[in-house]
Amino acid sequence: MTTTFFHKKRLTVLPGFKLSIGFTLLYLSILILLPLSMLFWNTMQLSWHDFIKIISDSRVVASYKLTFGTSFLAAIINVFFGTIIAWVLVRYDFVGKKLMDGLVDLPFALPTAVAGIALTALYAPNGWIGNLFPFKIAFTPIGIIIALTFIGLPFVVRTVQPVLQNFSTESEEASASLGANRWKTFIKVIFPELIPAILTGFTLAFSRALGEYGSVVFIAGNMPMKTEITPLLIMTKLEQYDYPGATAIAIVLLISSFMILLIMNIIQWLANRKYSV
Amino acid sequence: MSITIQNIKKKFGNFQALDDISLNIETGELIALLGPSGSGKTSLLRIIAGLENLDEGAILFDGENITEINAKERNIGFVFQHYALFKHMTVFENVAYGLKVRPRKTRPSKKEIADKVHTLLSLVKLEHFADRYPSQLSGGQRQRVALARALAVEPKVLLLDEPFGALDAKVRKDLRRWLRKMHNEFHVTSIFVTHDQEEALDVADRIVVMNKGKIEQVGTPEDVYDHPNSPFVYDFLGNVNLFKGRLKNGQLVHGSYTGPIDETLAKHDTEAIGYVRPHDIQIERTANLEGMVPAKIIFIHAIGPIVQIELHRQDIDEYLEAEISKELFHSLKLQRGEQVYIRPKQLKVFIPDDFSI
Amino acid sequence: MEKLTIEQTVVTSKQKIGNTTLKEPWLIRLILTTISLLFLLIFLVLPLVTIFITAFKKGLDVYIASITEPDALSAIKLTLLVAVIAVPINTLFGIAAAWAITKFNFRGKNLLTTLIDLPFAVSPVIAGLVFILLFGAEGLFGDLLSNYNVQIIFSLPGIILASLFVTVPFVARELIPLMQTQGTQEEEASISLGAGALTTFLKVTLPNIKWGLLYGVILCNARVMGEFGAVSVVSGHIRGLTNTMPLHIEVLYNEYQFSAAFAVASLMSLLALFTIIIKNIIEWRTKQ
Repeated sequence: MTTTFFHKKRLTVLPGFKLSIGFTLLYLSILILLPLSMLFWNTMQLSWHDFIKIISDSRVVASYKLTFGTSFLAAIINVFFGTIIAWVLVRYDFVGKKLMDGLVDLPFALPTAVAGIALTALYAPNGWIGNLFPFKIAFTPIGIIIALTFIGLPFVVRTVQPVLQNFSTESEEASASLGANRWKTFIKVIFPELIPAILTGFTLAFSRALGEYGSVVFIAGNMPMKTEITPLLIMTKLEQYDYPGATAIAIVLLISSFMILLIMNIIQWLANRKYSV
Repeated sequence: MSITIQNIKKKFGNFQALDDISLNIETGELIALLGPSGSGKTSLLRIIAGLENLDEGAILFDGENITEINAKERNIGFVFQHYALFKHMTVFENVAYGLKVRPRKTRPSKKEIADKVHTLLSLVKLEHFADRYPSQLSGGQRQRVALARALAVEPKVLLLDEPFGALDAKVRKDLRRWLRKMHNEFHVTSIFVTHDQEEALDVADRIVVMNKGKIEQVGTPEDVYDHPNSPFVYDFLGNVNLFKGRLKNGQLVHGSYTGPIDETLAKHDTEAIGYVRPHDIQIERTANLEGMVPAKIIFIHAIGPIVQIELHRQDIDEYLEAEISKELFHSLKLQRGEQVYIRPKQLKVFIPDDFSI
Repeated sequence: MEKLTIEQTVVTSKQKIGNTTLKEPWLIRLILTTISLLFLLIFLVLPLVTIFITAFKKGLDVYIASITEPDALSAIKLTLLVAVIAVPINTLFGIAAAWAITKFNFRGKNLLTTLIDLPFAVSPVIAGLVFILLFGAEGLFGDLLSNYNVQIIFSLPGIILASLFVTVPFVARELIPLMQTQGTQEEEASISLGAGALTTFLKVTLPNIKWGLLYGVILCNARVMGEFGAVSVVSGHIRGLTNTMPLHIEVLYNEYQFSAAFAVASLMSLLALFTIIIKNIIEWRTKQ
């Protein structure tokens, strides 16, 4: 017997590669790739002229603006408050901290429709919070921002939290021993290290918000040109059996989400390349 | 700057990390805090830095009580075990940090900062690495950046926490020499923490040996090595052979060995341990002297100028380690398996407080 | 009376940050903590409280009637049925994908990982739409399906497909990082000792990943049961037939039966709370 047999090609002794990779690829192809490719296939059935006409219709454009604007603002709100919440949960002690920490996952676990009707009940003009304000919150873009903030909150908290947890206090001590006060230490030492996590959290919250439907439809009011988000518009087109219209708008929304993820990944990659080998 | 440490106590929960520590450090001294982990050496260093609060006691810099003063106002330089470099800043930015964060009034101009940083970087031989990020440097280089960063603020005291702990043996030795050299140039009062006795013996002006939150001994390297004042120091600094015997009639008796002891111990009649350094074990082919014990050579390690010999005592079932020069080894023509006679040239007897330990 | 001796133990807080050097002034700490608590109170606690209060507003009888009327019961049954079918399938997929990705080296691994995460970036509405484009009356397979009289859209298979689509990443995402840190040594040792593939998986791999797996499964389950957008597109909203619980809530809400809507919603909130509790128990277990 020769030993060369064992040295050739046998990278691993573990079984099941063909089975597991085969199943994975087949499953993803049938369940994800084939259905998603239908979007592109159906869009190609449209003439360029018709496609442009559908996606640049003023009602559609108004929905893009609303969807992107509210999603962006909600993600920004989440970055601000989510970072503070992560900081407080990691660094400070207070009564009920564990409970609060657990509740942060609520938007992940609560069905969107349930969140939607609950937020609507709260922020409607006669709701507990809604009646505190002289202006309308539910059924306006502000209501949409509130629903999207709810949906996106855990993304920022849960990406920033572990980074803070693993943050070595040595860096902070080094900064203090070199004469920096707490504020300067935060701005110059801590915050820069949080940026990648904050960016990731922002991206996740933003791209989730772009496609969000369940929590928004109840609170939005769904007025064309005013409070109609893009996913709802796709739904409306579907209910009117306008499949080409629904498909064309869907592909714009899908590609936008992908682009955002791609751009953020590139930024992260560039940043990572710079100061971590 | 001189440092006076007065009766410091520190507890972490139920753990007494520091138990009534007092110490005087002169201006320009290079001090090693030596001890096993948990001995309190790092806690002491962090308290001097102001990174940790103390429960009782006081710290004086040049006679001035700074116990209540914040770390950032103590004007110390602290070098961390794992460097604690700022990952997102270049080497230049790291070194410049302490100057840049000063309030506008006392902050040097951009040019002054740049000059200073470049001077320091050339001092630590990293002038060509100014634009690199810490992740692009080796461990030894990172530690040099950390040192340059600490020196940039012109500290009155330099504190180093296991500065070479995370480096491999070769780099450690180089940096050790280099730290000594730096200290000779700057003469800033320096304290470094280490658990490596060789490092402490090699670099420090004085060594503070710590154990269980207390200072065991303070002295020059020669002092603590040649005249340990406790079994712990004997054990911790260098290898040692134990003669666990009894004191009787002013002599230590262990197996067939009887040998002289200090007069101060003469009146005791109790169990006691004799401590003998391996190089204090004398080997002879014949029992020509008082107190010689038969032993069999079981292993010879003859690499380098010092020959290590493991012996098995024939009078009782115990093992010994001896170190002799190569010349002596050759003139005695020792072979493995041979029987020889040994005796301690120098032996220090301690009566254990508690034999169970 | 028995005499009690209370042993006092000194509670020690984490001593890592032993000095005020690393702490913010108390006022800053108070402000930040207050902001966080207020934000969480307004955004998380109040909605949750609203659900339960509205659900019981008209009394326990109305509540019980709301969740036991035939349409509600059939929605609950359908939701459970979908979960019972979809969750095991995606669990199996998650294990297979994680096994392939973490235990072997092959080209295109990163691409595959990205592909698994893809559904996270797809709007639920689009996830439903693509199945209509495939299996709907005017879809790619529309004629074929109607020839054989098979209905996918507006019936159970469509709901299951849409649910599978949106929850593809859940189990795999939990397992991949976990199995990556565990490496392949234990499995290799098991194989070299003569154990078979299945034995190795059951006795070596599974015990190492069980908590992560359980976590992935409960998250997957919560999402399957709660999925609204994707299911809404493919279900056709046929009352008593293709309405899942979230869809039933929508119908009730749009008919202004608020108490009934919130009653069903409260059941789903209990599911969410249960999920969070399990998650915390798992985290607590894995820390030990």
